[in-house]
Amino acid sequence: MKSSRLGAWVALAIGAIYFLVPLIGTFEFSLRMRRDQYSFDAYAIVFADPRFQATLGYSVMMAILTIIVGIALVVPTAYWIELRMPKARPLVEFITLLPLVIPAIVIVFGYLHLYNSSSFLPFTANERSTDVLLVCSYVTLSLPYMYRSVDTGLRAVDVRTLTEAAESLGAGWTTILFKVIFPNVRSGILSGAFLTFAVVVGEFTMASLLDRPAFGPYLQLVGANRAYEPSALAIIAFIVTWASMGLIQIFARAPKGATAAADRTT
Amino acid sequence: MPFLEIESLQKSFGAQTVVHHFEMTIDQGEFITFLGPSGCGKTTILRMIAGFEIPSAGIIRIDGKDVTRFRPNQRNVGMVFQSYALFPNLTVAGNIGFALKVAKRSTAEIKSRVEEMLHLIKLPHLADRYPRQLSGGQQQRVALARALAGRPKVLLLDEPLSALDAKIRVSLRSEIRALQRQLGITSIFVTHDQEEALSISDRIVVLSEGRTAQIGTPFEIYNFPNNRFVASFIGTLSLLPALVVDARNGRLSVDGQDVVTNRPLNGAAVGDAVTVALRPEAITLQPQSENRNNLDAVVEEVGFLGSVIRIRARLNDAVLSLDMFNNPNQPPPELGARVALSFSQDDLLVLDAAVAAA
Amino acid sequence: MALSAQTGVAVAPGAPSSILDRISWSWLGLAPFMIFAILFLIAPTAILMIGAFQDSAGHFTLVNIQNLFQPSVLDAYWISIEISAASSLLGAAIGFLLAWAVVKGALPGWIRPTVLTFSGVASNFAGVPLAFAFLATLGRVGLVTILLRTFTGFDLYSTGFNILSFWGLTLTYLYFQIPLMVLILAPALDGLRTEWREACDSLGGTAWHYWRDIALPVLWPSVFGAALLLFANAFGAVATAYALTGSSLDIVPIVLYAQIRGDVLHDQNLGYALALGMIIITGVSNAGYIWLRGRAERGRA
Ligand SMILES: Nc1ncnc2c1ncn2[C@@H]1O[C@H](COP(=O)(O)OP(=O)(O)OP(=O)(O)O)[C@@H](O)[C@H]1O
Ligand SMILES: [Mg+2]
Repeated sequence: MKSSRLGAWVALAIGAIYFLVPLIGTFEFSLRMRRDQYSFDAYAIVFADPRFQATLGYSVMMAILTIIVGIALVVPTAYWIELRMPKARPLVEFITLLPLVIPAIVIVFGYLHLYNSSSFLPFTANERSTDVLLVCSYVTLSLPYMYRSVDTGLRAVDVRTLTEAAESLGAGWTTILFKVIFPNVRSGILSGAFLTFAVVVGEFTMASLLDRPAFGPYLQLVGANRAYEPSALAIIAFIVTWASMGLIQIFARAPKGATAAADRTT
Repeated sequence: MPFLEIESLQKSFGAQTVVHHFEMTIDQGEFITFLGPSGCGKTTILRMIAGFEIPSAGIIRIDGKDVTRFRPNQRNVGMVFQSYALFPNLTVAGNIGFALKVAKRSTAEIKSRVEEMLHLIKLPHLADRYPRQLSGGQQQRVALARALAGRPKVLLLDEPLSALDAKIRVSLRSEIRALQRQLGITSIFVTHDQEEALSISDRIVVLSEGRTAQIGTPFEIYNFPNNRFVASFIGTLSLLPALVVDARNGRLSVDGQDVVTNRPLNGAAVGDAVTVALRPEAITLQPQSENRNNLDAVVEEVGFLGSVIRIRARLNDAVLSLDMFNNPNQPPPELGARVALSFSQDDLLVLDAAVAAA
Repeated sequence: MALSAQTGVAVAPGAPSSILDRISWSWLGLAPFMIFAILFLIAPTAILMIGAFQDSAGHFTLVNIQNLFQPSVLDAYWISIEISAASSLLGAAIGFLLAWAVVKGALPGWIRPTVLTFSGVASNFAGVPLAFAFLATLGRVGLVTILLRTFTGFDLYSTGFNILSFWGLTLTYLYFQIPLMVLILAPALDGLRTEWREACDSLGGTAWHYWRDIALPVLWPSVFGAALLLFANAFGAVATAYALTGSSLDIVPIVLYAQIRGDVLHDQNLGYALALGMIIITGVSNAGYIWLRGRAERGRA
């Protein structure tokens, strides 16, 4: 009993070292910009860089659009399956898992081939339509966790009974969707949304290959050309990720019983 | 010589002592039940016997050997869990044969023992099923067979029936009891269902807040409860305030009416206020001959339970329950009717005078 | 499908709706999702798969597949597989121990939620910033490299270690692989009931029996499945490797990246075959993961 407890502490300590040292190292490195003393110069330079602001703003924008489009696509679909088409569940679940199977780089390669400027749907012909393609690509990437978190939420609240109850009270389908279904899967949607945000903001492959001025390619560019700023950027990115995950924890905790029960049954 | 001896067993979790000075000796082949409300320490005592908890103080001897410090796997004590706890990756046969396999018995021996056990639990055709393919009752029977296959010295069962539905609970409990008799294995059965305890035990240990409230046969526990806790925990009991009129002859005054008890007064003196108790089945509505008590009361509620009719009757400041058998030729009394409650002088229990007087 | 749904709309009012109409109506509800999936997931992948079997004129050929077996491409696959295997096996082993410590280690109550939250963050802290973090820590002038040299006189780089190398990349990948393993395995370990251990004990079994006969057989689908997921996860990763090593380490995703940017293979259709190879490898390991996860869940039920 005692020895296994000790082993657990040792494992945890080693894990903590492995995971904290790179963060400390990065932070320390980001402070080294001045020759003989620690300073936040690297951060000052980063924040003052107009391209930092522009690319981060662009990526945040893309992330928000991704979340909106993703919710609009996934929630009605998951709802419909739960309510009317349970037999389509395996098919849709399979499709939502595909982005885990097909690497992002392959998907974007396909886009470039399929939607080039001379194709039937020339998404890449101009910047606006490429932005649309980028958002759609991010929605695709986020399908696995977006669908899963919404579906878990829906299964936990017994959608069919809720819908029938609302219908019997005279509610129309928009009322049902917005007043009954959305509120009940809110925490699921929000968890999915923050995860999407964390992933999309720093995403590199899609943005880089679609040639859009996003934060990920900017990071890469800075990394290739500068010494200390990349560390500052890594710390900033880490904080953004933490913030997103922290928000997931807060929202996922809300209806604790419901999600716990749902996890158990899946 | 007793087979299982437990001497002043004690267990504390941090500052909280959950088992106080538990003492008991159990004979070979006895079927003992631990009965008590939730949290009274039944599981904790059982787990100390099995070796999953180390006692804070006390000694446990099995067959004359002090096993207090033995690891669970050195004690040869079979355990049946409330949640079955069958190994999900092994078949029924694999589960039942586990103890023998661990003990490195020959394949042939394991096979024949497993078959024997499967016959004992009446599931001979399920050897190759996995636990998830069995019903709850079947799983628990397999768990029983698994615990018994290695011929343990003691069998411990922690609420083995509480996850099952009512019907299976009743049939499985008599099956367990029959099997236990057949094998002659010393067993301890934990439950908080008093009917279960009364129906299958050789002796019952009633526990309250980590202490023994009473140890006795079901007959003793039911008819001669030592104290108020046991009396009220087992069966239904009507409690009435009373005054001692004549301590030597057991004369009491209940609700201003005279009654006599042949039970001991537990040291109460004339003028003391005591609590007396009556079982519902001890009371009848036919006013009867001498040597019986009669109390006048008003019918307040009549509940038809099928073979039995339970009536609540009110005295001035107390309420009594009584049971009468259903009889198509004799309808129950009307609400509000005045009735005479008749009961034997032997059935009037006098409970802890001191507490009632305080 | 959409067409028959349209006719269903026209007929539906008044007329008793036939089963056919109702079916098409139900499918219509899935149309937006299906169209989206086809446009942005299935068609782009399918066109690459088709392209892998075509020559530049669009005729069927197996030459591209054959060309995958030229040494330079094979090497890229091989090193990718090695890195993915190393990072997934190590990640699975270490993640298993860590998850065990957190779930079954009887540690104080706050440890578990803290570690799981951190794992959520770290498993998503991949890509370019992760590469920066490891450069800043284990690069030539990184904190750990310097501290080691200053205080122990040990020169990490004299051992042949290089953060831009195979082991450097593996070590970096572990930063998201281990937490992912912890996240996947924690529920599986929760499913391991204490009563099994106790039942095993009371039947005379030792820790060794418990592990060999119960815990590992119950856990292996989860562990092995998770390792496969980790493998696919590493195999498809581009950003970390690209930011860390530029194009000094020829792993498949990097070669493909370079191919897309500038046709370094001088053969469009070979590029498609390269992508097809990636899909097959990640597909097989993911299919293995899903199959094993199903097995593990059924076993637990
Ligand atoms: N590991 C433990 N740590 C701290 N307290 C414990 C532990 N195990 C049991 N207890 C406490 O000991 C007391 C007795 O618990 P026990 O499980 O023996 O009760 P029980 O009689 O079996 O109840 P039930 O009928 O609900 O199963 C309870 O108050 C419980 O909270
Ligand atoms: Mg208990």
